[in-house]
Amino acid sequence: MGRRRFVGYLLAAATVTGAAQIGIGLGTPAAAVVPGVPQPADLYDLNDLLTDAARPTANLIQVVVEKDGTASFELPRAEVGQGITTSIAMLIAEELDLPLGKVNVTLSKARPELIWNQMTGGSNTIHAMYTPVRVAAAIARRVLLDAAAIALAQPHDTLSVYEGVITAPGGASISYGELATSAAALVTKVVDVDLKPKSDFAVIGTPRRRKDALDAVTGKKQFAMDLDVPDALPVMVCRAPEHNGTVRSVRNKAEVEAMPGVTHVVTIPTGVAVRAGTFGQCINAVRALDVEWNPGTVSGRSDADVLEELRGIQRPMAVPNVEELLGTVTDAVGGLTGGLTAADVKTLDTDFVFYTRSGSPLETNCAVADVRADKATIWAGSKTPIVAAESIALELGLPPTAVTFNVVESGGSFGRKLFWDAALEAALVSQKCKAPVRLMWHRADEPRQGRNHPMATSRVRTVWAGDNILSVEQQHTCTATDYRHGFGEILTSSAISLPAGVSNLGVSETIFVTSQQVPYDFGLTTQGLMETTSKAINSGAVRNVYSPDVRAALELTIDQVAKKMRLNPVEFRLKYAKEDRLRRVIKQVAAAGNWGRSMPAGTAQGIAVHQEYKGYSACLVEIDCRPETVNRKIYNAVTGPRVTKVTFAIDCGEVINPKGVEAQMQGGIMDGIALALTASTHLEDGHYLEASWDNYFYTRQWNTPPDVRVFVMDPVTDIPGGAGEAGVAASFAAVACAYARATGTTPTSFPINHHDPISFEVKSFVPPVPASPTDGLSYTY
Amino acid sequence: MPNYTFKLNGEKVTVDVEDSERLLWVLRDVLGVRGPKYGCGINVCKACTSHINGKAFNPCATPISALDEDDEITTIEGLADTVPGDGLHPMQEAWLDADVAQCGYCQPGQIMAAVATVNKAHAEGRSVTDADIDEIRNICRCGTYVRIREAIKAGAGKMG
Repeated sequence: MGRRRFVGYLLAAATVTGAAQIGIGLGTPAAAVVPGVPQPADLYDLNDLLTDAARPTANLIQVVVEKDGTASFELPRAEVGQGITTSIAMLIAEELDLPLGKVNVTLSKARPELIWNQMTGGSNTIHAMYTPVRVAAAIARRVLLDAAAIALAQPHDTLSVYEGVITAPGGASISYGELATSAAALVTKVVDVDLKPKSDFAVIGTPRRRKDALDAVTGKKQFAMDLDVPDALPVMVCRAPEHNGTVRSVRNKAEVEAMPGVTHVVTIPTGVAVRAGTFGQCINAVRALDVEWNPGTVSGRSDADVLEELRGIQRPMAVPNVEELLGTVTDAVGGLTGGLTAADVKTLDTDFVFYTRSGSPLETNCAVADVRADKATIWAGSKTPIVAAESIALELGLPPTAVTFNVVESGGSFGRKLFWDAALEAALVSQKCKAPVRLMWHRADEPRQGRNHPMATSRVRTVWAGDNILSVEQQHTCTATDYRHGFGEILTSSAISLPAGVSNLGVSETIFVTSQQVPYDFGLTTQGLMETTSKAINSGAVRNVYSPDVRAALELTIDQVAKKMRLNPVEFRLKYAKEDRLRRVIKQVAAAGNWGRSMPAGTAQGIAVHQEYKGYSACLVEIDCRPETVNRKIYNAVTGPRVTKVTFAIDCGEVINPKGVEAQMQGGIMDGIALALTASTHLEDGHYLEASWDNYFYTRQWNTPPDVRVFVMDPVTDIPGGAGEAGVAASFAAVACAYARATGTTPTSFPINHHDPISFEVKSFVPPVPASPTDGLSYTY
Repeated sequence: MPNYTFKLNGEKVTVDVEDSERLLWVLRDVLGVRGPKYGCGINVCKACTSHINGKAFNPCATPISALDEDDEITTIEGLADTVPGDGLHPMQEAWLDADVAQCGYCQPGQIMAAVATVNKAHAEGRSVTDADIDEIRNICRCGTYVRIREAIKAGAGKMG
């Protein structure tokens, strides 16, 4: 592969600073011309949309070489566990020829001038940053080499660089640190530069450990609630019993203000906030508050009502009945049906329900805020810090420039950090108390008042004749996904927010059609989305957004079609796969996972695929649904069917850190297992019942497959795709397919345990948070 | 408010807090020891798992008044000092080798739980098993369970 030349900048600065525009290097959309009718996402996917949104801004990302010989980079994205600080550091280490340990990547505070360029989402970071970060680093390296050539009095092309030290043929050497100041530019210049050819890569594509691993295992890694901001006392909020209920009056404010440690009791739109010396004192005060509440936004409603609403807005299937279709297709695609009669044409309609799921990470919503009369400072995890800061400024009545939003590494996100719910609450409380605060949600608040992965129905109509699939239509319907964060700044955020719901649907449809694709050649292929317009249920784009449900519905359907065609699931998928890259991952898991091996009754394999984020994945699972496994007992646990083995292959294009990609797939697999088997929330009479990790059953060790193998495929393209969300969809679908094959019954709703009797004692709604137990020492081990 | 004294990561500390204050908040909000994390406050998620006299427990469910003056509390910050030498605990090393952490939020609790689980098995004169690991309740919402299993087995091999 030849060198590629790019233009960037050498900035006027104290030390050598290379810079580049975000979005360079991605000039050609990934147009793959495929047989059949291309869907929008084949030609222009969400990654292209996000990257193109980034193009117009004139502002730059900068790699700074410091006097101590290290390189620094402020990443305008959120690290939430997906490993981008390590991957970005690897790109810089590669182009600068520095050890990875000498590259420091921190998170940039909100930079409003970046406009669309500071949103973390759609697994887009590496795709968008790959070239610009390398260009900025390569410019810095070139300038250092130029300066070294003068300092060492040797021609530029005779110098070699190893770990930040430039050496001349005679052995004389000089380090980056020694040159960092003298080589710095006095005026900003446009510079063109070659990037390292792939054949010279020594860092990109090699497995590296996370740069923050040592801090993580020693307890030094700081999250928002670990920061030492002077006088930022703990705050918790007493929230309504109903979803989105509001405060009518507080009956015992003075009494609670007099409780130990309590400094303030203030009402904010989402509840009654208590500021106290410790979070323990906050919990006590929240429990003691006597509040009169207004009803919530889903008062009196339950899951069945939401489902009925979805059924009511479902689009009728567009594909006509079999006889009509046969005429249409014969006319339109002459010869495809080759003399078949109506009697040869088969139709299968499937219909699945996906219940609401909580998007909460382990770190609950939280933020530190210090609001003064004329300015505010926020510290929080955020994937959209620009719009967060601008929105908070509006609510506080401050100019946008008066709000500084510091982005802190998050304890997970899964989409949750697209919104700034806790940061806004913290700012409002700090303003009312005239004191700094660190505000944290209680765990019980998360499933009950937090943002959800919406309930959905997905219907698929498949029409085929002989071994030709004539048509696949999928209509997906869900409660609204909230995209009011826009593309990370307030312009699109405002456009989406008004008028109520309507323009948000336009965004939902855009996200849907640019992210969803049927990776098979299925003749006439259509996928459509319909969402409710009401924002009554708090929602957000949870990890992998529509794809897990959409893929599970389709993969379950095609397993049934394959069976009727007398093809096994792997044969069927290989036969109809649109692209060789997809066939490659299917073959990989089929071979490595020993597809088709003989298994005992009640156990089975299942396979599913997915294509998104410029990548291809296949997942082969084995599941054990035998009674002795399903009924195994673990205290306060949902056990149920156990996935015993997972073989997963991902081709996500150019790979920066295969160890990181593997980690993201492992995590995606755990999400997929939860979505298929155990994890949902239950809306009952206006309340979500779940309030604990022993109510909301995300995958636990006892659900984890003992045998998980992930294959990160050698890249066949130099375009990097996305990995953070790519593991979820195929995993969910594969577990669902395996369950159907093991039990002989295709489930029609997910997770499969949603309709089981509630297995936990529902925690009180008033008070809204449970007391902490006192018997901890009875459980030592 | 009464004074309470206990040993924290090898040093004697005295705090002036209410009897019912849970140890998690004594550690995090009073003493500024923030390795143990909040994930639920009801002894379910186990993010705050620490050790009392060498055994795993959860500070979020333990009132300060339940501690005796000679109780030794070890948090993730003090784990490395429970083994000889200047380096990390073998379980922390195993965690690094397997590159377990993603967001890292649960990992202090996971490591403290792993050490206790292995110690318990070893005290019973046996190796740690998959069945033992299945019983570990600590939530990891990033889903690092596969590497946790790998690291526990590797770390156990290096623990006495």
